[in-house]
Amino acid sequence: MIINVARKELKTVFASPMGWIILSLLMGGFGWMYADGVDNYFQVMSGSIRPAERVGVTIFVGQTVYGAANFLMTVATPLLTMRLISEERRNQTLPFLFSAPITLTEIVLGKFLGLVIFLGILVAYIFIMLSTLNIWADIDFGYLLGNSFGLMLLVASFSALGIYFSSLTNQPIIAAILSFIALFAMGVLSTYFASDPNHWFHYISLNNHYQSFTRGVIDSSDVIYFVLFIATFLTLTVRRLDADRLSG
Amino acid sequence: MAIHTLEATDLSRLFGVNHAVKNVTFHLNKGEVLGFLGPNGAGKSTTMRMLTGNLAPSEGAIKVCGIDIVEKPKEAKSNIGYLPEIRPLYKELTVDEFLAIAARFHNVNSRNIRKAVEAAKDKCGLGHMSKKLIENLSNGYQQRVGIAQAIIHEPEIVILDEPTVGLDPSQIREIRKLIKDIGKKHSVILSTHILPEVEMVCDRVQIINEGSLVYRGSIDDLKQQRKGNKLLVGLSKPPVMKEILSIEGVSLVEKVEHGMFRIHIKSEYIPAEEIVAIAIKKGWGLFHIAPDITSLEDIFVQLTQMQPK
Repeated sequence: MIINVARKELKTVFASPMGWIILSLLMGGFGWMYADGVDNYFQVMSGSIRPAERVGVTIFVGQTVYGAANFLMTVATPLLTMRLISEERRNQTLPFLFSAPITLTEIVLGKFLGLVIFLGILVAYIFIMLSTLNIWADIDFGYLLGNSFGLMLLVASFSALGIYFSSLTNQPIIAAILSFIALFAMGVLSTYFASDPNHWFHYISLNNHYQSFTRGVIDSSDVIYFVLFIATFLTLTVRRLDADRLSG
Repeated sequence: MAIHTLEATDLSRLFGVNHAVKNVTFHLNKGEVLGFLGPNGAGKSTTMRMLTGNLAPSEGAIKVCGIDIVEKPKEAKSNIGYLPEIRPLYKELTVDEFLAIAARFHNVNSRNIRKAVEAAKDKCGLGHMSKKLIENLSNGYQQRVGIAQAIIHEPEIVILDEPTVGLDPSQIREIRKLIKDIGKKHSVILSTHILPEVEMVCDRVQIINEGSLVYRGSIDDLKQQRKGNKLLVGLSKPPVMKEILSIEGVSLVEKVEHGMFRIHIKSEYIPAEEIVAIAIKKGWGLFHIAPDITSLEDIFVQLTQMQPK
């Protein structure tokens, strides 16, 4: 049943221009970063720019693209999550889901899964795009896989947080603004506390846990952190929807 | 007990300290159309939402085909098709897409989805609208999609909350016919605040007012109540009251304005012919004679003052 809800979400996201526009803009953005990265690499190689550090082409281009992906996803995910529940609330379509033989958990997980699959298209796209470097060079696939996995977990966490904010209001725009502020604040705070690596905020910061993935390292404690982060917000969402049923 | 497809026992719902629904007990028989009548804000929609698992009851129990909806919501809900007052349609999808989703959500086997969608469209007269976006359909057709969505999984019980609100007269007629057809195969609960609608479509009726059931009975009883044994007679040269009273079968005469009289009849048989004959013979100047149909407001006031049976 989770799959059915996810299918419905994908169908509705592609039935409106929103899904296509975000997809194409992000793909365009990543493509541009990729081209820029390759271009810069050639300039470094030809000696016209002094390199900051000596790295291979995978990391050189990968850093550019994945660095941009982190930022672009912070902006794009709230735009995608905003409508998930609040639009259904506004259009009064939630009874359609509530009166079907589906549990609230299945509804929330299905919506989450649908969005993650949509964002997964982008992560896969970045992976394939960077893999094309392999035609000219011998690239480090471990680095790409580590980064893809990390990015996937990161956007899944963004989505979970976004879905929760979407369940709080019946105004999609407010949901988008709230989740963007929350994500952005986390980003800003983690740079603010960057000088003190033992600060408690580091333990709860998304960006901090994402760091090891950007080096191509899959650290189980980071994976667990992301899974817990996602589970927390999805549970809160289920509870929020249940409160609807209980309090009316 | 299998005859009762739906049973609600002592159903109550509090919003804050207000009782929106209070100790409502009723059942739905297999294959009947039950009219759920009441003025706006009487608790109709709240009851419907509880029956379909959209709202948790504060007290009481709901059994759908013998399954408790609070204990086993999934099993219970699969026996219900529900069209809320505000149609839950994903307007960016086409009719076919939307109905396929509805079928999948209601556990229709993936091989039978096409068949189920076609059957539901057929029943609701949507055949030629398959590829249209729901957004572009007229109000009446959107309502049909709403009904199609509720019957797509062939549920035991179909619950329709004010399905004719906002439609034009010819659409209303079509939707009522559709509901009647649905009532042949499914048990239907139809909520409305329109009395004639209940008379036309339902087998049984119950009236809710301020959260409590105030009347429950067959539709024939209600019709009887409404028509009553009364005649409205217009006389331009009226005689004294006694003369009218002396006519066989007349129990009471009330004077209404502009020479109109309301004549109450004792017996089942209405002596209209006799009244006409006497009026002509005695030159009372008869210009109007018709059964006096109690207005809906009146019948409602009458019923809400009655004790629940």
